[in-house]
Amino acid sequence: MSERPMEGERSFEPRIVAFFCNWCTYTAADLAGTARMTYAPNIRIIRLMCSGRLDPQFVLAAFRHGADGVLIGGCHPGDCHYQEGNYKALRRYLLLKRLLREMGIEEERLRLEWISASEGDRVQKVANEFTETIRRLGPLRLAPRPGVIRLPVAALPEPSPAAREGALP
Amino acid sequence: MRAHEIYPNGGPRIGVYVCHCGLNIAGKVDVHEVVEFAKTLPFVVVAREYKFMCSDPGQEMIREDIREHRLNRVIVASCSPLLHEATFRRVLEQAGQNPFFFQMVNIREHVSWVTEDPREATEKAKALVAAAVRRVIFHEPLQRRRVPVKDHVLVVGGGIAGIHAALTLADAGKHVYLVEREPTIGGHMAMFDKTFPTLDCAACILTPKMSAVAAHPNITLWTYSEVIQVEGFVGNFRVRVRRKPRYVIEELCVGCLQCIDACVYKDARFPDEFNLGLGKRKPIYIPFPQATPRVVLIDPETCIWFKTGKCKRTCLEACERKAIDFEQQERIEEIEVGAIILATGFKTFDARRIPEYGYGKYPNVYTALEVERLVNAAGPTGGEVRLRDGRVPKRVGIIHCVGSRDERFNRYCSRVCCMYSLKLAHLIKERTGAEVYNFYIDMRTPGKGYEEFYDRLLQEGVHFIRGRVAEVTDWAITPEEEGKLIIRVEDTLIGVVRRIPVDMVVLAVGLEPQPDAEEVRRMFNISCSKEGFFLERHPKLAPVSTFTDGIFLAGACQGPKDIPDSVAQAGAAAAEALALIDKGYVELEPNTAYIVEELCSGCKTCISLCPYNAISFDEVRAIAVINEALCKGCGTCVAACPSGAARQHLFEDAQIFQEIEGVLAYV
Amino acid sequence: MSKPKVAFYWCASCGGCEEAVVDLAEEILQVVEAVEIAFWPVALDFKREDVERLADGELAAAFINGAIRTSEQAEMAHLLRSKAQVLIAFGSCSHMGGVPGLANLFDREEILRYVYEEAPSVVNPQRVRPEERIEVDEGMLTLPAFWEGVQTLDQTVEVDYYLPGCPPPVGLIRSALQALLTGNLPPKGSVLAPDVALCAECPRKPTKPERLALKELKRPHQVLIDPETCLLAQGLLCLGPATRSGCGAACIAGNMPCTGCLGPTSRVLDGGAKALSALASLLDATEEAEIERILAGIPDPVGLFYRYSLPASLLHRRVGNGERLREGRSS
Repeated sequence: MSERPMEGERSFEPRIVAFFCNWCTYTAADLAGTARMTYAPNIRIIRLMCSGRLDPQFVLAAFRHGADGVLIGGCHPGDCHYQEGNYKALRRYLLLKRLLREMGIEEERLRLEWISASEGDRVQKVANEFTETIRRLGPLRLAPRPGVIRLPVAALPEPSPAAREGALP
Repeated sequence: MRAHEIYPNGGPRIGVYVCHCGLNIAGKVDVHEVVEFAKTLPFVVVAREYKFMCSDPGQEMIREDIREHRLNRVIVASCSPLLHEATFRRVLEQAGQNPFFFQMVNIREHVSWVTEDPREATEKAKALVAAAVRRVIFHEPLQRRRVPVKDHVLVVGGGIAGIHAALTLADAGKHVYLVEREPTIGGHMAMFDKTFPTLDCAACILTPKMSAVAAHPNITLWTYSEVIQVEGFVGNFRVRVRRKPRYVIEELCVGCLQCIDACVYKDARFPDEFNLGLGKRKPIYIPFPQATPRVVLIDPETCIWFKTGKCKRTCLEACERKAIDFEQQERIEEIEVGAIILATGFKTFDARRIPEYGYGKYPNVYTALEVERLVNAAGPTGGEVRLRDGRVPKRVGIIHCVGSRDERFNRYCSRVCCMYSLKLAHLIKERTGAEVYNFYIDMRTPGKGYEEFYDRLLQEGVHFIRGRVAEVTDWAITPEEEGKLIIRVEDTLIGVVRRIPVDMVVLAVGLEPQPDAEEVRRMFNISCSKEGFFLERHPKLAPVSTFTDGIFLAGACQGPKDIPDSVAQAGAAAAEALALIDKGYVELEPNTAYIVEELCSGCKTCISLCPYNAISFDEVRAIAVINEALCKGCGTCVAACPSGAARQHLFEDAQIFQEIEGVLAYV
Repeated sequence: MSKPKVAFYWCASCGGCEEAVVDLAEEILQVVEAVEIAFWPVALDFKREDVERLADGELAAAFINGAIRTSEQAEMAHLLRSKAQVLIAFGSCSHMGGVPGLANLFDREEILRYVYEEAPSVVNPQRVRPEERIEVDEGMLTLPAFWEGVQTLDQTVEVDYYLPGCPPPVGLIRSALQALLTGNLPPKGSVLAPDVALCAECPRKPTKPERLALKELKRPHQVLIDPETCLLAQGLLCLGPATRSGCGAACIAGNMPCTGCLGPTSRVLDGGAKALSALASLLDATEEAEIERILAGIPDPVGLFYRYSLPASLLHRRVGNGERLREGRSS
């Protein structure tokens, strides 16, 4: 588990993890692509089936592993493909923001956006805006955490030579 | 933790395949660099690039590698998983691997198409590949769930699209429920006189299809009915339909119409919906002669009995079959269907929203749909084009793009207005000999025989003036303009502002989503595009599918289209529905949640979160249990489970944590 | 054959863990019979040199309670680690940081300033602060260094097992000792407590409704608590669903909600985040304003969700110098 090396303010490029729901926001991001709407390359999208799957652990893990900002995208209220997963996401998000505030992390580093499947332009706008917000806030300087972060499954050993024998030169 | 738990399927042997997608990806992302990078990642045995990974040779390359290098995990970095995930999973299956040892990386829609700088695009692609490699290590073999599907199909909307879809399915031997909100099927097409460009009579081609629906043993036709609730999922939808009371027992009415004659109102005096108020009807009526089903109905808003409780009710006596039932109540029907086709159509643009065109202010300004009724032989004027004061117009102006291609209202082109304007121009000229002026922005006549029709109209002497009309006014400034409507327009071909006095103005109103499209969309759990039409799954590859499996689209509810396109789409939707239900089962994505029983404390947190009631509490073991058949795989319970006993296939915590670390590993 | 040697040591802790050992009551005699206590400064007179004299691995087991926040605690942890075959983090503080771990909401400077200058009971006009080294006539005096933050034991040295709890329940201590003595140990790194949440053994579990929707969150002092009904069902923030069992639901027996001292189950990476997720999911609101209104019932989310585990959590320590935090709270 590597933590992020410190970098100079000047070369700061925000690292942003985005959790998008499969049905609305991920599809909207596809649409942004199809329509060739370019946006900041800082956003790295992870697909979940529903924003209701968003475990606050994911957000904290992202911050711990070097994210400067976390973006959550779900269907508009009332539009959830699974009826109401997005409301659960909203509740967790609001409580998580309170927690982050107490932990000295600017609330703006966590953002929740409802983006429907047809709003490709909104993905572009939000991605750019959020990248700029984080750029303005600067890198998240979490105190280094000593020790090993224990994943819910055992850590992987190094790949054995046998596993790599077939690697092409 | 035992080794096979850490690495299902033995030690990971990963193959990474990076697609050029022609230049779609390779034009931005340095594919070669991504491949070389992938080779350095743990457990990656093979990494290759190819022009089109989804092509046959591309797929074969993967299959061969799986065999030769004993790959047990595959990553393809190409387009969106929503496009080709199924394709590549199949490749694994064909090569004897479990298809879920696969992860797709979206480096086209999410990288090459949205990133300006090639360097940054390449870095982003590498990070996403790194995340997938880390993730796929933790993938597990899964089985798709097979669920039987109901053999019946629901078609919502009885316009030409719904009719065609229903007949196609019924002819294939499937039972169809056709639900229509109005008292009759036929939709907008039933209101037309002729259809472009062939000028064949709309009724002549539509009414046989309408009768076929009524007569078809495989079709249950419910008109004057609305879907009020949809539950379930692909193959197994439970639908509730409200059947509004028409105060006439449908099974008994034979459509003799004697009750209408017998009504205490001797004259028809209420505006008739089917003729857009241009004609009149009685409180007991049939929308139009070919209405299907041919069953009368009573409008309680205008019927004296309903309004005052006092009426001789002569209609009751007139009906020999005792079909009239003033006590009739609405009925709720419950049906189970395997697939649903939405063909709910469109509404026309409300011309009042453009006050400068004078609709609603000047009686001689008509919408195109009203003129359709005027030129219709079965219409209120018997097909004669007469103004409200009975005059026959000598000069007629048709204004195109009313509510379409207009930043203020709808940016899109409604696709049919140019052509129906040409048709109306022809019919008006034919019926009245009037001079007809078309005011257009661009003539849009793509379609078989359409441009030829335009040529014909030019030769018939119809006038075409290019320019968006500024105003329709009755303010005359010359004697010739007295008593006329003046169309003010800049003729952009000659660069002159002109005033064209006419007797009649026809507004070629555009097509808009139904006013309740939003509610319908929610009820069926599908999406709308920006302008409010139902959103197809993919504009090219899945044009009649939606993001909700088992629900298909036909006709103008998906976007403005003409009759041939609507019918073609209806056929396609019927074929898709048929393919689904004919197989007898559906395979569902195995992304369900599950509970590791020995780890569950029975805290019940998850139970109330499930919108599908898939989780219940086992009182004996005092733990929560998930009914996999009901679970749709949102994962909300998994995120909430405070002790990590609830998990989700394909979206395991471990997999997502790896992905998070991967995308942040910034190579 | 000589008896196996064991050591007990405390770092940043309250002493409750030592009490818990004594709480074994007469059973402790069996323990003393079975082992030789080589080091237990709280109970017997041992010196650091006594440990240093031991050969590496000579101790069969060392039990360390308390979090690590000074250089001395770290040194002792390293020392005991090298002497012990099995090192056990004993109690919430060494397991997850414990209540002292909440000091990670503040940095070193803030804590020293408050304790030596600002606290209402302090009279210190010269603003004297402890110095790590000071030259006096008799020579150089030293004090352990006070670190920037609190660490768990396993963030300091490698830990073999964890005995969770504040303090560890006697039952868990007993079975851990038995396992040690018989050599019947689970895989290294295990927490020596059931891997199922507390609800499994909570006597009030049957009274928890299947569909819980919370409109209001309450704190124990605000209500008369019904002694029979599930505390969450009463709107009280009980962390039982997110906490390992093994304590016999002792706090619930005392009509108090679980505060999470045994920590999360093995599947959970960050217990606080998980508890937060579960609790937020149960709120009966969909509008942002209404959700915020209910959440106002959690005035101190860190104190609630990370009461025993802030140093072990993913965030580990508060970001920034703490000034903003206090300003934010007073305003």
